[in-house]
Amino acid sequence: MSNHETKINYIKKDLPKGFLKFGLPLLIIGIVSAFIAYQVDPMRASFNNIISLLLIVSVGLGAIFLVALEHIAGAVWSVPFRRIAEHQGFIFLATPLLALPILFNMHDIYEWTHLNVVVNDPILYQKSPYLNTEFFYARSIGIFVVMSIFLFTYLRNSTRQDTTQSQKTTKINALISAVFMPLFAISITMVAIDYAMSLEPHWFSTIFGVYYFAGTFATAMAVLTLLTLKLKSNGNLLKEINGNHYYSMGGLMFAFTAFWMYMAFSQYMLIWYANIPEETFWFLPRMENGWEYLSIGLIFIKFIIPFGLLLNRNSKMNPSRLKLAAFWIIGAHIYDMYWLVMPTYNRMSGTEGPVFGWIELGFISLSAGIILVFYYLAANKKNHIPIGDPKLNRALDFRI
Amino acid sequence: MSKLYSVAALFKTPDDIMHAASKVADAGYEKYDVNTPYPIHGMDGAMKLKSSKMGYYTITIGLTCMSLMLFFMYWVYNIDYPQVIGGKPLFPLPAFVPIMFEITILTGAVLTVAVMLIFYFKFPNNAHPLHDSSYMKAVSSDKFGVNIEAVDPKFDLDKVKAFLASIGAYQIDEIYFDEEEVNTKHKILDSKFVIGMFLIAGFTSISVYLHMNKALYLPPFDWMLLQHKVTAQDHSDFFKNGISSREPVEGTVARGFMPYLYSEDPDGASDNLVNPFVADEENIALGKKKYLTYCSPCHGDLAKGDSRLNGQFPNGPTLHSDKLLSWTDGRIYHVITEGQNVMPGYKKTVTRKERWAIVNYVRKLQRALDAKEEDMQ
Repeated sequence: MSNHETKINYIKKDLPKGFLKFGLPLLIIGIVSAFIAYQVDPMRASFNNIISLLLIVSVGLGAIFLVALEHIAGAVWSVPFRRIAEHQGFIFLATPLLALPILFNMHDIYEWTHLNVVVNDPILYQKSPYLNTEFFYARSIGIFVVMSIFLFTYLRNSTRQDTTQSQKTTKINALISAVFMPLFAISITMVAIDYAMSLEPHWFSTIFGVYYFAGTFATAMAVLTLLTLKLKSNGNLLKEINGNHYYSMGGLMFAFTAFWMYMAFSQYMLIWYANIPEETFWFLPRMENGWEYLSIGLIFIKFIIPFGLLLNRNSKMNPSRLKLAAFWIIGAHIYDMYWLVMPTYNRMSGTEGPVFGWIELGFISLSAGIILVFYYLAANKKNHIPIGDPKLNRALDFRI
Repeated sequence: MSKLYSVAALFKTPDDIMHAASKVADAGYEKYDVNTPYPIHGMDGAMKLKSSKMGYYTITIGLTCMSLMLFFMYWVYNIDYPQVIGGKPLFPLPAFVPIMFEITILTGAVLTVAVMLIFYFKFPNNAHPLHDSSYMKAVSSDKFGVNIEAVDPKFDLDKVKAFLASIGAYQIDEIYFDEEEVNTKHKILDSKFVIGMFLIAGFTSISVYLHMNKALYLPPFDWMLLQHKVTAQDHSDFFKNGISSREPVEGTVARGFMPYLYSEDPDGASDNLVNPFVADEENIALGKKKYLTYCSPCHGDLAKGDSRLNGQFPNGPTLHSDKLLSWTDGRIYHVITEGQNVMPGYKKTVTRKERWAIVNYVRKLQRALDAKEEDMQ
């Protein structure tokens, strides 16, 4: 819109000290408590490990998706935060740390790894070409390798563009993203099915991948928003970034909060209406022994409250209110993952009702530590703005 | 009657109009508006507008109508016509959620437009001073305009013109309007309007009636109630006595039906009736099945008169007594057919073939408990 070129004067600055000051202790507490938890109660620790893994995949893989989405849609407004999203994608590299204990402990968690059960169970036997240990390893490794290649490609292209300022790089990125999109769709669906849905191997829901993706998008956007607000207030970003940009980030969180509700309700209503035992049994443990309060709470925590927090225009423009909503959405995603995973822990371990204690807190601390430390490792001493991007001027001039 | 409405200035590019809008806002004018051929991002900020209250109307309307719809569905399902559908509870909330969702959006959208028309555009008045001006023609094709109204407290014709020229307008018009035309209050009960509405209503009703009931008439499916034939209990004008069906001629025998000639004559049955069925395996199997169904409750599984109803009901006697052993097949057949003492007749429930099969089976039971020496060989 503006025909006058803005001169970008970006001054590189160190990251705020908080990343290491809070990140390292959280990470150390997390690792120590996870280690003790695996000694004390390996089964409960593994289930919490899955929650952490799903959260870190949401934050990391979701950020790579946000980068690809910007490239493929040719979006302009999000260019100033693209580098933050790329560095946030670096968190995805932490997933092997969380996945390895699960892979070594699969016998405790996944019913379909018990060969004697599978042989005597026609349904599991039919599913065994997909649900078997070797293929599970192969999928996990494949997803990690392919997505990491995309992550490093985006990071390299983006960093190179800082000096070359080439328009061509933008075009190449759009092409790469066109390849990335279907692979991402398959990957995130596989993560959801393998690590969360196969906890109940008899159950199936074709919408499960999309359900997890809806939470992933909102969570990745929420972490990106928090990082942006933190870096902006520390002066790492440009002063032109203002409420208009925040509004769009809040708008996307809002949209995917509603989208999550749409998916979750579609899944619930179809199963409720058809009322077939082979589908409804998944919801039954979530409706008894205290889980019913958590299930009703999920509607409020994951949908109604963030919906209300983000509905107003001012709430998306105002950094402190946006920060509250973003924190809430991340918390709600953890709550949602807990709700997905832990009823199976009850079944496998013979306990009743939701459990919450130092093990759960330890793994949440581990996830928070990983996010902060890995972001620090990725972003320290780097540019936080893609200063060479040809779209940057237009992006800074963005108005809603 | 012409009166000054506003001074309107035209600009050529979106950047110019953004610049002009912020200048006009800075100069302290309040009654002014910007007209552009398409929405320009950031215009509300440049004009220093407060955020619109429209969203609150929309959510209030949407939630109100959603609650009304929820109550309506509750009334239909629980009060007016309670009916179990698909084994679901009478108030199946998950099934209502999509409807509530749609109603919220639909009524929110439609009634927001209605509120805008009434409050902002003063419907049914459709006159505006800017209509038919060259300014309006320009801003609805490719130009950008700002117009400052004469009712603005700071308005002064010469100053405004000079001001607009100073911020880069390439054309400045004065817009006049006919007060009577713009402020006409259209009466809802105007006779022409009312007659027109009645004519439209009448025409619509008549045309819909003719269309649906004459042109496209299809007889409703009457579930075979109306048939073009005389049914069994019908009245008929064809016969004198008015009954649709005729009495059969005396002595008529239905196909496949064997009349029983000895209903009052057990001795005749005993002497004259001969079992026409051979006691082969199939016949015995049929006899056993029917015996166990109809006879065994009183006479017992092995016809010993020791059934499970023993003592609670007039006891069926044993069929192994000397009297029974001396009876002919015809006599037993007669008792099954017509009954005896408290035993009812079975001719309505057991067919002729089945009755003879039962006789064969009873004979077999008798033989089994009273075997002769030659049977052992």
